[in-house]
Amino acid sequence: MKKSYQSLEVNSTNNMKQVNHRKLGKNILRLSLIILLAFSTSLSAQEGDPAKGKSLFNANCAACHKLDKKMTGPALRKVEQRLSDEQGLDREWIAAWIRNSAAVIKSGDAYANKIYDEYGGAAMTAMPQLTDEDISHILAYTAEDVPEPVVAQVTGGQDGSGSQEGGISNKMILGALAVLFALLAMALVLVRQTLNRFAEAKGVDISETKGTPIWKAFVQNQFLVLVTAIFLLLASGYFVYGYLMQVGVDQGYQPVQPIHYSHKIHAGDNGIDCKYCHSSARVSKTSGIPSLNVCMNCHKSIYEVAPETASAEYSKEFYDGEIKKLYAAVGWDDAEQKYTGETQPVKWVRIHNLPDFAYFNHSQHVSVAGIECQTCHGPVEEMEIMYQYAPLTMGWCINCHRETNVNVKDNAYYEKIHAELSKKYGVDQLTAAQMGGLECGKCHY
Amino acid sequence: MSSNKKYWKSVEELNENSSIVETLKQNEFVEEIPTDEFLGDKDSLESSKTTRRDFLKYVGFSTAAASLAACEGPVIKSIPYVVQPEEIVPGVANYYATTIADGFDFASVLVKTREGRPIKIENNTLAATHGSANARVNASVLGLYDSLRVQGPMREGEAISWSDFEVETTRVLESLKGSGKDIVLLTQTYASPSTRNLIADFREEYGNVRHVVYDAVSESAALEAFQKRYNKRGLADYDFSKAMTIVSVSADFLGDWQGGGFDSGYSKNRVPDHGKMSRHIQFESNMSLTGANADKRVPMTPTQQKLALAKLYSEVVGGSVSVDLPEHIAQAVSQAATELKKAGSKAVVVTGIQDVDAQTVVLGINEHLNSAAFDSETTIKTRQGNDNEVARLVADMNAGKVGAIIMSGVNPLYTLPNTDEFAAGLEKTELSIAFSMKADETSTKCQYIAAAPHYLESWGDVEIKTGHYSLMQPAIRPLFDTKQFQDCLLKWTNNSQSYNDYIKQIWSEDILQGSSFNKALHDGFFVNDTAESDDLDVLEGDIDPEKDTATVSGVGAAARTLAGAKASQKFELVLYTKVSMGDGQQANNPWLQELPDPITRTTWDNYLTVSQADADELGIKNWNVANGGLNGSLVELTVNGVSVTIPALIQPGQAKGSVGLALGYGRKDGLKSEMQTGINAYPFYNGFNAVQSDANITVLPGEHEFACVQLHNTLMGRGDIIKETTLEIFNTYDKEDHKHGWNKVPVVSLNHEETPVTSPEVDLWDEFDRSIGHHFNLSIDLNACTGCGACVIACHAENNVPVVGKTEVRRSRDMHWLRIDRYYSSDETFEGDNKEKESADGLGLGNYVFGDREGDGSLSTFERMESPSDNPQVAFQPVMCQHCNHAPCETVCPVAATSHGRQGQNHMAYNRCVGTRYCANNCPYKVRRFNWFLYAQNDEFDYHMNDDLGRMVLNPDVTVRSRGVMEKCSMCIQMTQKTILDAKRDGREIKDGEFQTACSAACSSGAMIFGDINDKESKVAHLKEDNRMYHLLEHVGTKPNVMYQTKVRNTTEA
Repeated sequence: MKKSYQSLEVNSTNNMKQVNHRKLGKNILRLSLIILLAFSTSLSAQEGDPAKGKSLFNANCAACHKLDKKMTGPALRKVEQRLSDEQGLDREWIAAWIRNSAAVIKSGDAYANKIYDEYGGAAMTAMPQLTDEDISHILAYTAEDVPEPVVAQVTGGQDGSGSQEGGISNKMILGALAVLFALLAMALVLVRQTLNRFAEAKGVDISETKGTPIWKAFVQNQFLVLVTAIFLLLASGYFVYGYLMQVGVDQGYQPVQPIHYSHKIHAGDNGIDCKYCHSSARVSKTSGIPSLNVCMNCHKSIYEVAPETASAEYSKEFYDGEIKKLYAAVGWDDAEQKYTGETQPVKWVRIHNLPDFAYFNHSQHVSVAGIECQTCHGPVEEMEIMYQYAPLTMGWCINCHRETNVNVKDNAYYEKIHAELSKKYGVDQLTAAQMGGLECGKCHY
Repeated sequence: MSSNKKYWKSVEELNENSSIVETLKQNEFVEEIPTDEFLGDKDSLESSKTTRRDFLKYVGFSTAAASLAACEGPVIKSIPYVVQPEEIVPGVANYYATTIADGFDFASVLVKTREGRPIKIENNTLAATHGSANARVNASVLGLYDSLRVQGPMREGEAISWSDFEVETTRVLESLKGSGKDIVLLTQTYASPSTRNLIADFREEYGNVRHVVYDAVSESAALEAFQKRYNKRGLADYDFSKAMTIVSVSADFLGDWQGGGFDSGYSKNRVPDHGKMSRHIQFESNMSLTGANADKRVPMTPTQQKLALAKLYSEVVGGSVSVDLPEHIAQAVSQAATELKKAGSKAVVVTGIQDVDAQTVVLGINEHLNSAAFDSETTIKTRQGNDNEVARLVADMNAGKVGAIIMSGVNPLYTLPNTDEFAAGLEKTELSIAFSMKADETSTKCQYIAAAPHYLESWGDVEIKTGHYSLMQPAIRPLFDTKQFQDCLLKWTNNSQSYNDYIKQIWSEDILQGSSFNKALHDGFFVNDTAESDDLDVLEGDIDPEKDTATVSGVGAAARTLAGAKASQKFELVLYTKVSMGDGQQANNPWLQELPDPITRTTWDNYLTVSQADADELGIKNWNVANGGLNGSLVELTVNGVSVTIPALIQPGQAKGSVGLALGYGRKDGLKSEMQTGINAYPFYNGFNAVQSDANITVLPGEHEFACVQLHNTLMGRGDIIKETTLEIFNTYDKEDHKHGWNKVPVVSLNHEETPVTSPEVDLWDEFDRSIGHHFNLSIDLNACTGCGACVIACHAENNVPVVGKTEVRRSRDMHWLRIDRYYSSDETFEGDNKEKESADGLGLGNYVFGDREGDGSLSTFERMESPSDNPQVAFQPVMCQHCNHAPCETVCPVAATSHGRQGQNHMAYNRCVGTRYCANNCPYKVRRFNWFLYAQNDEFDYHMNDDLGRMVLNPDVTVRSRGVMEKCSMCIQMTQKTILDAKRDGREIKDGEFQTACSAACSSGAMIFGDINDKESKVAHLKEDNRMYHLLEHVGTKPNVMYQTKVRNTTEA
């Protein structure tokens, strides 16, 4: 208590002076101090603003620290209290550590050196820019209790029942109709029976006139037979052709992957650029499946998904489990925050399979032509599970080459060729086809 | 049954009571059906659980299952890196500069790697210090993926660990310290500064260490002669680009003479420039690559060569030497001497005779001429073997003086003539270790096989010639548990450094003089002009300065000794190395086995080359059988009591009285059975002399089947296939000169007027406008092309060309996209052939039938012209798809699988091809190849494409073709497309020289120039306008995009 008092003196001497003049008792002093601080523009160190602290924490600390989980640095929930309880270290020590941990370590401080060794000799980045106020905000934020997990209100329950109601009403209508038709049918049968009985009673002979059955008439009509046969042949031809043409076309192919990777979350919700992970698409013929070290750029600190990421279909636990799979594959020990070196490469199932005899180069399309990935891969940012969007048939390629204008702007390579070719064809904008993009040898060698 | 006719089955039916008829009536089958035999074995039939019904069920079920399964596509897995190396981008090739130094081939090269796998060797054009990648170097990348490599250290055939190996061998080595017995290091030529230092360290550690350098194909005589004369061991460097008159006595300097690598310098002066080109006179016995390129070639036996050299010396330098030579040879030698004297310092003489005197004489002549091409200061260090030391080693081993022998890069039990002695000596050593990639002849006989890495997995350094250093760096992590010789030397000397660090240390201390090691590593080489020629390569204890400080009189004495050479009573055997096989260490390389010899065009074999005259005397025959395959007689060759049975091939240009045989074949151990071809010629290599006298040849019954890819050897006066002229005519007359025109455009008759075939009016087709964009052309200069075959292998590696094997090659089903045709003249000259053809009058059938060979009707003339001359002119012509603008193949394809691109390339869509082979039949150049089989993953073709390891060499950018598909040269469209894409991505125009094909990039002689003719400033555009330019079979009107430059021979006798 005394110590914090001293620090107060240092921090807000004006206030202290006032307090001294009044010569009041301890309790009153403290009370009035709080009141004064509450109105004062210079904010108290002890009671920072947790909201400001949160934003400061996220900006400066979150890369290495979590509140409840050991990461690159230790978990920081109630760090101040813990340090003072366990180690007897005060805020001054914390502030010194934050501003320049290396100096603290160098000074031979026992606890500082212990921590330094415990975290593999990685010194914390010095943050001299943080003022005492900032630090007090941050500590206020860390001092907060673990928030009660917000129990998601099952608002969907009502929706669900609503849709159920709709289902029931449909069924009821259908059922009523069925009953109606059954009654009608019964009525007809009964009428017929009654009529027959009348006829029998009156002695009317209702022997049915025996016409040729319809199938016999059909068979006898050779023209109809011919027409039908032709129709059937054409129809079956159509379907056989359709069947054969889709052999090897895997549009919509959506295999189950070893790790449930959601493009929707990454590219959609978080707006990560496709080429951040598929970087070789810029320079190589393959877009490349990202190596796991690329995943770990972010997932070293993102060890769980936010609660709001979870959907009805996939729970938070499910997603967190998938991140665990990544850790297992890359050999990351989340508890110890280090790589174990035991890796298990992920065997993804390849979705886009171009045959060997077709050459496709991503960089030509992505870097040179500037085509959006979505043009061929579809709305990837909406795909929870990736699937093949385009048919990847030759006709599909060719069509695009016929229709797409070549992006020649500011490209010295194209200048001369483009000028001459556009004069030859008499057009302003050349399509890939006019540039020779339909020649066999451009894709088959 | 409307007819009552009776059909008689046999005459027996006339006899009513015939028993036979009765029997036949009862018995449907005349012969007894062996049902009992089949069903009689009741036990086994019943014990078998599979009944007929079951069998049918299984068949039906499995067929249905198979067809159902076929409906589903395969699931393809993709496995990315866990941690991707920074420098690797999947799909983008990386290049590393390194050096090959396998003891036979030394060259600075670039390695192309894809996803971390080396897939191709290319020339390091920056480091054109000496030698560029020849065919063997180009093919060496396949050796990395050899499935028969030793995969870890072995002791007596059992796998052991490296730590055991080190502990055990160190123990024995320690025990030999001071025992009086020698520890011998028997190695290839390393020419490595760091290895030299390491061996010195090793010697210091153990004391009794002897280092013996052993070259399988020795240049010891030349080294000795040089040492005597200049007091340092090395080989004189020759720069043929500074020589206008070259006289070679049996030196195959375009082949492997003194380490090879002289071809690019030679080619520079072979292209006429301002009316001048070099003149090359060759005296030799075998038809070598060099002789085939010579302006004047004089065949003579090895003994005559010695006499000729002595005479040459006396005429150029002076001194009276009288030799007994046939008139025409003596005259040719005098003529050569006159030309040499006239050219003065622009002349050079070289010799390949393995004789110290001969080599001394050549040094003397060059000194006397003050030859600019001759450099005795900068010595070539790639051959350091010492024959005497090797011989002494064998003797010492048998005398029990050698305690331990450690071999690296050598295979003496294959390459020594006296393998028995060596094997016996090897057993008397206490420790024998062979560093080897293979369980070969030697390593299997050693106690330990130390599994050695391929050079693409190794560190190393080479001083190829004085002051020219090259670095070797690994381009891939070792595939197997291997260790370098140098790493083990470090272990044995208790040095904890890695060899990599050791090299760095040596280089920064002794070589780099302050410049950056990393830059040297990046470039692959470092040139230190100021470096003094150190004498560290000289073998210790071998220099006796007083022994022979050769003077001019010493040379004169050598010449006199030469002049005393006595002629052999019988045949003289001349051993040589082929450009494909070299000394034989790459014998398990299918690319090289299938590379046709540039001269004989025969693959998968070695053979005895004999002259036509000797063949006639001995009764040796070569003939073509019905399927076109070449067969030859078998002969027994006996030299020095060693005899082998070997096929004989009649070689035009072979000197009468001499026979030739290639080294490097006949290996058995560590080779796939397909590669065990030919006969081992090393048992004849007595005294490391390539010439062996008193060879006896007897013809044996039986015949041998060759796999020769060229069945017709002569040009038959078809001067429009290979246009050639002499320098004199070339300089004097216009190419269209009425009488002497040497490159006339063929004319056809249009409206009874002679019209050039190139004019549009005579064309059936409309011309496309190709003036926009790129238009690729390839120019091949027949003057610069030496026929070395590097382009063929480069094409194989780049385009995944399959290897088909000996029997398929024999059926003319070879798959080479690029072949180098070799033509002999039937007359003394091709010019003579043309005249002879012209002079043929009428069909001459009568003469032909009645055997009047005097007649000059065309039938008899052409028959005569089929046989080549005894000393023919030779011409090489690389032929690949000519990419005709009016391609005959394209019009006949029923499915439009082959079509023309705007950039001039003739495209081939494999997936569209249905294999009618119409295109191949309609191609006038015969460059299309049909896949008769599936060559990849097929046990019938057990070459590199049949195992996982070998397939790693495949270029991922080029389709591996399947069965039933036509293929051909694509003009490396994957390479041109890559260049275009790179330029587009960078947003820049393409400079001349950026466009390359595999063959043009591999061509170090500058014969193949590739580029865009729409770029008017490009080299190829200028070549298209050159006077010498012509198209192959121009009169057909195919308008090819490949052009040739007329061959000019310098026949001007000064």
